Amino acid sequence: MNKEVQNVEEALAGIEDNMTLMLGGFGLCGIPENSIAQLVKMGVRDLTCISNNAGVDDFGLGLLLQNRQIKKMISSYVGENDEFERQMLSGELEVDLIPQGSLAERCRAGGAGIPAFYTPAGYGTEVADGKEVREFNGKPHILESALTADYAIVKAWKGDTEGNLVFKATARNFNPMMAMAGKITIAEVEELVPAGELDPNFIHTPGIFVQRIFKGEHFEKRIEQRTVRTK
Amino acid sequence: MALDKNGIAQRIAQELRDGWYVNLGIGIPTLVANFIPEGIEVEFQSENGILGMGPFPFEGEEDADLINAGKQTITAQKGAVFFDSATSFAMIRGQHVHLTVLGAMEVAQNGDIANWKIPGKMVKGMGGAMDLVASAENIIVAMMHTNRAGESKLLERCTLPLTGVGCVKKVVTNLAVMEIRDDAFHLLERAPGVSIEDIKAATAGKLVIPDNVPEMQF
Repeated sequence: MNKEVQNVEEALAGIEDNMTLMLGGFGLCGIPENSIAQLVKMGVRDLTCISNNAGVDDFGLGLLLQNRQIKKMISSYVGENDEFERQMLSGELEVDLIPQGSLAERCRAGGAGIPAFYTPAGYGTEVADGKEVREFNGKPHILESALTADYAIVKAWKGDTEGNLVFKATARNFNPMMAMAGKITIAEVEELVPAGELDPNFIHTPGIFVQRIFKGEHFEKRIEQRTVRTK
Repeated sequence: MALDKNGIAQRIAQELRDGWYVNLGIGIPTLVANFIPEGIEVEFQSENGILGMGPFPFEGEEDADLINAGKQTITAQKGAVFFDSATSFAMIRGQHVHLTVLGAMEVAQNGDIANWKIPGKMVKGMGGAMDLVASAENIIVAMMHTNRAGESKLLERCTLPLTGVGCVKKVVTNLAVMEIRDDAFHLLERAPGVSIEDIKAATAGKLVIPDNVPEMQF
């Protein structure tokens, strides 16, 4: 089945105000940067964004924050973004901070048809407030529910026209689970090849989870913390 | 003399055992990788999706797609593997990782830890810390004994929002190595030249002092 669309405009068609979006990436690594730029252009507002981080002030989801397009963020760590902190402390932005492993598993569960699961993470902390607690093997766990989204937007290294995806290095992170959890999943890739060119043995995300795929026009791939050693 | 951050990392590195998979948090814990004792092999896991994390890349060889959980550019060692975040936390929650080293703002004598939030002030989020402390069997906290204001970070009970309950077993600070059990900090070792009185003065929680408290050996 051919999932290819010609450009980012076509890929993101249908995204409207008040929708819930999942966006892959960890920090600025593996984020769908072409799609984020298009969301800024589209000007859709009051979005609920599920993403591990919130970008930095002038890149990644920070661009949507600056433009006041996000109503609510569901993330695990947002420490790199001053504008985020300002909007959160002033109450303009609703924020749900959840443990990173729980966030990953909640997306996976959403895509895998599992409505909820028990995890020890967050027991005894404010994360557990209002959640069911149950003991297994003498250890308390809390009930966490699955997450899904109207649209999941992921970024892969290579993809084929069937929507099969291959990620590179640690740019994989949240992308595979979010791809599973979107009612409609959009994949932007650096390299788009005809079906049959990717080795089926080495595909990370099967194309069944992807509804639209396009080749991103430009990838800046900004580095957040450039750390090096000298020769 | 109290240890510096490298000294704390070096002392923690003595806790590493051959064949262990280890997760190092941001800050002092990251430095532990610089002091792996001779003759043992460990592999570092970073929860954003790598096992077999290597040192920082040489200048000009940075790869935006290859970072650690602190978002720093890194390299992959021979035999390394990349995976998604759900798999990463399956390794952590499923107790396949042998040791977790992380920093803290406060640790209590009952093993509670607070390291993610100062109400009304800083809002960064817990990242993977809650998953790590809730699941790891073997957690070492690496931190300074007191905060910038000179107040003890080793308390009877945490005052900041908790990251996890009853999970910390060992704390290594610039002054001492302590084990947590029976609702108390048990002093195991002191930093070279640091007196028991210094440690007592800097510890607000209950401190159990055995007859013999050796100096750390490096």
